[in-house]
Amino acid sequence: MTRLSVPKTYKLYIGGAFPRSESGRTYPVTGPKGEFLAHAASASRKDSRDAVVAARAAQPGWVGASAYNRGQVLYRIAEMLEGRAQQFTDEILAQRGGRRTLAAAEVESAIDAWVWYAGWADKYAQVAGNANPVAGPYFTLSTPEPTGVVAVVAPQDSALLGLVCVVAPAIVSGNAVVAVAAESAPLSAISLAEVLATSDLPPGVVNILTGAPAQIAPWLASHADVNALDLTGAGSLEWVDLEVAAAETLTRVRRPEPGVPPLTLERITALTEVKTVWHPKSTR
Amino acid sequence: MGFLDYAPAPESASILSLRPEYGLFVDGEFVDGHGEPFVTISPATEERIAQVARADERDVDAAVAAARRAYERTWSRMSGTDRGKYLFRIARLVQERARELAVAESLDNGKPIRESRDVDIPLVAAWFFYYAGWADKLEYAGLGPRPRPLGVAAQVIPWNFPLLMAAWKIAPALAAGNTVVLKPAETTPLTALLLAEILQQADLPPGVVNILTGAGETGRTLVAHPGVDKVAFTGSTAVGRQIARAVAGTGRRLTLELGGKAANIVFDDAPLDEAVEGIVNGIFFNQGHVCCAGSRLLVQESIHDEVLDRLKRRLATLRLGDPLDKNTDIGAINSAEQLERIRELSAAGEQEGATRWSPECAIPDRGFWFAPTIFDGVTTSSRIAREEVFGPVLSVLTFRTLAEAVAKANNTPYGLSAGIWSEKGSRILAIADQLRAGVVWANTFNRFDPAAPFGGYKESGYGREGGRHGLHPYLSPSTLATPPAMIDTTGVTGSAATRASASARSAASGRGGKGNGK
Amino acid sequence: MTDSTQIALAPAERAVRLLGGDVTEAALRLQLEGLPGVDGVGLEQRAAALSTRSVKEASKRAALDAIIGLTDLTTLEGADTPGRVRSLAARAVRPDPSDPSTPPVAAVCVYGDMVPYAVDALKAAGARGDGTRGEGDGARGEGAPGDGARRAGVRIAAVATAFPSGRASMGVKLADVRDAVAAGADEIDMVIDRGAFLSGRFGEVFDEIVAVAEACRRRDGGRAHLKVILETGELATYDNVRRASWLAILAGADFIKTSTGKVSPAATLPVTLLMLEVVRDWRRLTGERIGVKPAGGIRSAKEAIRYLVAVAETVGEEWLDPELFRFGASSLLSDVVLQRQRMRSGHYSGADYVAID
Repeated sequence: MTRLSVPKTYKLYIGGAFPRSESGRTYPVTGPKGEFLAHAASASRKDSRDAVVAARAAQPGWVGASAYNRGQVLYRIAEMLEGRAQQFTDEILAQRGGRRTLAAAEVESAIDAWVWYAGWADKYAQVAGNANPVAGPYFTLSTPEPTGVVAVVAPQDSALLGLVCVVAPAIVSGNAVVAVAAESAPLSAISLAEVLATSDLPPGVVNILTGAPAQIAPWLASHADVNALDLTGAGSLEWVDLEVAAAETLTRVRRPEPGVPPLTLERITALTEVKTVWHPKSTR
Repeated sequence: MGFLDYAPAPESASILSLRPEYGLFVDGEFVDGHGEPFVTISPATEERIAQVARADERDVDAAVAAARRAYERTWSRMSGTDRGKYLFRIARLVQERARELAVAESLDNGKPIRESRDVDIPLVAAWFFYYAGWADKLEYAGLGPRPRPLGVAAQVIPWNFPLLMAAWKIAPALAAGNTVVLKPAETTPLTALLLAEILQQADLPPGVVNILTGAGETGRTLVAHPGVDKVAFTGSTAVGRQIARAVAGTGRRLTLELGGKAANIVFDDAPLDEAVEGIVNGIFFNQGHVCCAGSRLLVQESIHDEVLDRLKRRLATLRLGDPLDKNTDIGAINSAEQLERIRELSAAGEQEGATRWSPECAIPDRGFWFAPTIFDGVTTSSRIAREEVFGPVLSVLTFRTLAEAVAKANNTPYGLSAGIWSEKGSRILAIADQLRAGVVWANTFNRFDPAAPFGGYKESGYGREGGRHGLHPYLSPSTLATPPAMIDTTGVTGSAATRASASARSAASGRGGKGNGK
Repeated sequence: MTDSTQIALAPAERAVRLLGGDVTEAALRLQLEGLPGVDGVGLEQRAAALSTRSVKEASKRAALDAIIGLTDLTTLEGADTPGRVRSLAARAVRPDPSDPSTPPVAAVCVYGDMVPYAVDALKAAGARGDGTRGEGDGARGEGAPGDGARRAGVRIAAVATAFPSGRASMGVKLADVRDAVAAGADEIDMVIDRGAFLSGRFGEVFDEIVAVAEACRRRDGGRAHLKVILETGELATYDNVRRASWLAILAGADFIKTSTGKVSPAATLPVTLLMLEVVRDWRRLTGERIGVKPAGGIRSAKEAIRYLVAVAETVGEEWLDPELFRFGASSLLSDVVLQRQRMRSGHYSGADYVAID
């Protein structure tokens, strides 16, 4: 007699906890042949609000941590993911089908993306900032710092790697993120949340919402307490409306891009603000 | 006559020879505009200075087309070295005509000649000099080995630093290889038109810079023009919002430098005399028509009375009057409309219970004037603590602890600048970290330099002007980094699967051992 | 804290009033170190901004006369002789023989041994105000500023206390002062012990100033005015200048003076501005008015006008009075006279048209 398996309930990831959607709504997640895999939570307006609140609360502590520490936390995420590579591979296969080697490679790439961005934590400010040789007796320095709370629409055609490649560069500088996962592959996203929850990442630094981006994103785009809106995975949405909504509070907008974004320093700096500090210099 | 009643010391306006009428500057020539011309006046006397053309849609079309031609045929093909040489020429010409430009600026804007002469115009020259040197070094700007210009930049600038804002916009755009259509503010078109003459004298190829005068409608048409690749705007947050909406979905790049409500934080261990100077410079420089003005004085409760007393004594020595007099500290408010706004908000300040104070100060009969004004006992919820007055009006608030100072300083939708006054280095640095503002001046205020990036957080806009960072809004990055990891980042398109496949191949070469976690 | 810091200092009136009770070195130190700091860049910028004032026409004419009336015409050379001092005194009384409307200078400033010759020369020129020498009463209150130079004629200031280094025993320094006062000096320009100040022995500096102030008393009960030279060029920092200014005022100075003229830099506008800020603050605190004297290095009328601007815009026009402000200068007068001639005649003058000492 074979053992009856214990399926997982997939919920949202907000403030370090795994709540059900406040709306009580779920949607079925199916495999490539239409087979039922699980229910995922359908995040609502209020869930997105709660996620922004959690992100805002977490952000000062996260940016206040040393860059060394943030780098180690990101690296820890890679470690945890590595240990669960099998599970992630299975999940990708279940949701997307295809060859096992490709699914495994996506997981490895995701792990390596965390490692790559982890290394930037204590370097990006050196590369993207500089001293300013002004014409006067002043010490002045321009350095990037995180823009604050970033809402992200993850690439919709990637189960895991796309999400990692938008979340990691956002948080490495000290932002807190509210990510809207790929609607069709929420299982990988929520499993990633479990990895994050066990990786010393402070609660609220990353919040993951599953459901229909078309319904969730507008609330995030118009939210006054969101500082930047990364629409990388929003190409199939009415994203112009999102950009218009973001204009209301001059929220920074990164426009949609096809596919999974490459690893770039620019992804980090795009979600930072350059601060210039001046102080006089005098021997007297 | 007392010693302090300095005899009039007017800067000679004879250095300036203006034409009675100015056209638009399109494709290297002054041309007639199709809109109804308008008159620019001196805000100090309300007298007519010159008639200026108004650009309509046809003029915008022509200017954008000229800029496009110049971009494709000339400017984008020119070597960086030569682009730089043109900018150096412009810088030199600005220096040569500095006095004339200063007089024109003070005449048209109403700012004291001391400021146009010692701040605005020298910085204009410095801005062109600085970016001239970048033109052939773009590969070092931090955007990869071959950053590319964007094309035609539409630039709309405000009236508070007319020529300086033109320089902030034009210099980096040209250095990066873009061409420009610039619209100066309706009330201060004069120096931009003199700059057009300078561009002719520099023999800048036609169409590289086009200057369209006009009002808000001209600006709206320009930023929405489909032939434009890049929009840069400095002005009010309200208009910035409209532009952000208009640009949404067009793929055009946008930078905005908008309003501010800067906190100038004075601690009990501040160098007091210099702090008082910094407060004065922070809010009364350029009649307070400064987006980064230190309009909220946050003073530690224990020294509130002393600081206010010193501040009032200092304000009593400020001299308001003829902008062209070399001894004038406070010039004219730029327009009747702006004066009305300052009056309205000041009235609101009184209604909300703040204590209003101005030094004794004779106001000229004609022109637009507003005496330097302090509101004491302002609360964080007052309109004068939240809204940008853009005039010589200081709101005084107090705090007790560092945490309270930071909280109050950040308690605004704006985030352009901030000031800190303290003799304690560790405190300054910690607070500078916590302030949500793009420029933090510690023990100084309102310092500008082409080498120092300037720009805001939050609703003060996005993008930086000045420094290496000031080039970025005018360039497209080339491939930035080849990551050391297993991910193929060379392709821009392609699905996750193909990417994953590439990385799977590399994965075969194996990974090294991992270090310990935290 | 060592015991020595608890030893009572000389009970100078101002210090007792401000610090209360027994004035100790510890109390003095607390006071001086509790003063707000000075940001050097900001101070220099303020000075530079004041320098941009454009003083023209009637304002300039008035300023030139004011500068003359505020000048301590100075000769402090090892090679000074009675003849040179007589010549200086003659020029002090009549700076421009071609224009009798030119006011006399405030004072001549000489070494102590030259005082008798200065007295004789000024008497001969009728510029000793028929015996009514300027009377110092130390702390001046709110009274209307008098035109000291005209009332008292040209005064005589003597440098003392082992000028310029100040390196001599206390007895020698005090003898130096008493000598000059006895010979008829109206004002004593003393130097502080910069060594003691820089090594933090504020009490020593304080006591010395108090002792010198005491030595300024004349037999008739009057007292020579005391100018305390801080030698700011040796004090290294603006914070030190501010502390030394306070220290000198607390100890009883009538004037605080920048420099001996023998050390570079001598007077600078930022340093003078800073000292003006101190006397402004002292006035605000106590109502008393203290004088300021920049000395050394001010050679042109244009430069001197910048100082007048700094005075008027920092402490107010009432300080443009020889009781409250002086220039210590030797060559300044020539340029001012030259400028005066130019303004009167409408054309440029030449050095040969200005009398030398």
